[in-house]
Amino acid sequence: MIISPAETLAAALSGDRLSLSRSLTLYENGELSGEEISGLGESSSEFPVVGITGAPGVGKSCIIDHIVQSWSSVGHRVAVIAVDPTSPITGGALLGDRLRMTTADSADNVYFRSIATRRHGGSVPGIVRGMLSILKASGWNRCIVETVGAGQGEIRISAVAELIVLLEAPGRGDGVQAEKAGLIELADLIVVNKSDMDGAEKTADEIRQAFEVATIPTPPIILTSATTSDGILEMLASIESLEFNPHTARARAREGLRAMWEQKLLDHEEFDTLLDEVVAGNISIEAAIVKIR
Amino acid sequence: MKSRFALGSDMSTPLRIVIAKPGLDGHDRGAKVVARALRDAGHEVIYTGLRRTPEQIVRIVLDEDAGFLGLSSLSGAHAHLFPRTCELLVEAGLGNVVVFGGGIIPEPDHAQLYSSGIRAIFGPGTTSSEISGFLVQASSLQGESMAVGCGGDSDWHWMGE
Repeated sequence: MIISPAETLAAALSGDRLSLSRSLTLYENGELSGEEISGLGESSSEFPVVGITGAPGVGKSCIIDHIVQSWSSVGHRVAVIAVDPTSPITGGALLGDRLRMTTADSADNVYFRSIATRRHGGSVPGIVRGMLSILKASGWNRCIVETVGAGQGEIRISAVAELIVLLEAPGRGDGVQAEKAGLIELADLIVVNKSDMDGAEKTADEIRQAFEVATIPTPPIILTSATTSDGILEMLASIESLEFNPHTARARAREGLRAMWEQKLLDHEEFDTLLDEVVAGNISIEAAIVKIR
Repeated sequence: MKSRFALGSDMSTPLRIVIAKPGLDGHDRGAKVVARALRDAGHEVIYTGLRRTPEQIVRIVLDEDAGFLGLSSLSGAHAHLFPRTCELLVEAGLGNVVVFGGGIIPEPDHAQLYSSGIRAIFGPGTTSSEISGFLVQASSLQGESMAVGCGGDSDWHWMGE
């Protein structure tokens, strides 16, 4: 018996976990279209999608494990989408975010999905927006997105998450790093993790000082240790009370448009043919872009 | 609609493969090497980490919508853990998932594992191209609707290249 993508989606929305997994794959692979999922998950009473971002190795997965444990223990239905990078050479990916999150492997009210960036640029692919819509419409009321280890300019998370938690850790450069523009300005909460290590207080101070001279309000800055659980409760309380920041509205909307535009480009039926032509040296990148339009 | 994924000239979507370490076994060098090799072969590999129960592995395969599951064991408990995992996969409606094993699996145990739904067993010295060969063949058999998933009624298993 062949089940159509639309039927699979309908089964997912009625609570079937296997159909949910299939639906996310179908959407990721382009077999469920944006039109077929439009309007899903848009009821306004939900908790905002929380994006966890920051450089590689600052502790994103371990911090998410704490959030998932806390939320699932009070009965929330928690979904996590964790992104790892795709090899630009082979197209393969090693998705290793869930190995630090054992809560995700047993609780019935936790759904954990690892995805690869595939051909997308930035720290999170734009298709995650649609995947979140499917999850929300299937009754997962608390959603978390973990980005690829992200640098200063990688603000794509603002296209998919409504609250951005930026993770930092000690020993990642001097105070000038905190003065630089970029991702840090879009953070709704800054968590300096690894507070059990030397230099964490100093890192937090440098971030505070950087915001003192800024024109935008300073977000909460909280020290945590995912290892000892210090500061975790404070961080959880802060996440509960965060509100949408109007100062970042324009930057977020711009990033959303950019993400969708990139999606349109990658989905364009001529994209691969033109890519081959560019690689073969038959046409220039400039000429290829003109043809895509 | 065309596939959203194509880096090379072939338009295929990558296989999603879970590499799991069931039971009380801390030897993960082999599992990591296999995960890395499959990554380099262009697949999306989800590594579970150490000491997962069959129940947790089934949950991971379910949530990740993986088509393949590789189980690695060097503890000697494969004769229990591998068939148990296949059984639970079938119960969860995941009988179409292709399961293969690796690690230290003595030859006399192979027949029992094959009959429980394991489709290939890779021991020390296996090349990454052999595992790729298995994946290609198992995928094409799945495409021909020969049921080579762990719950399928085919008695096919990988015999080498």
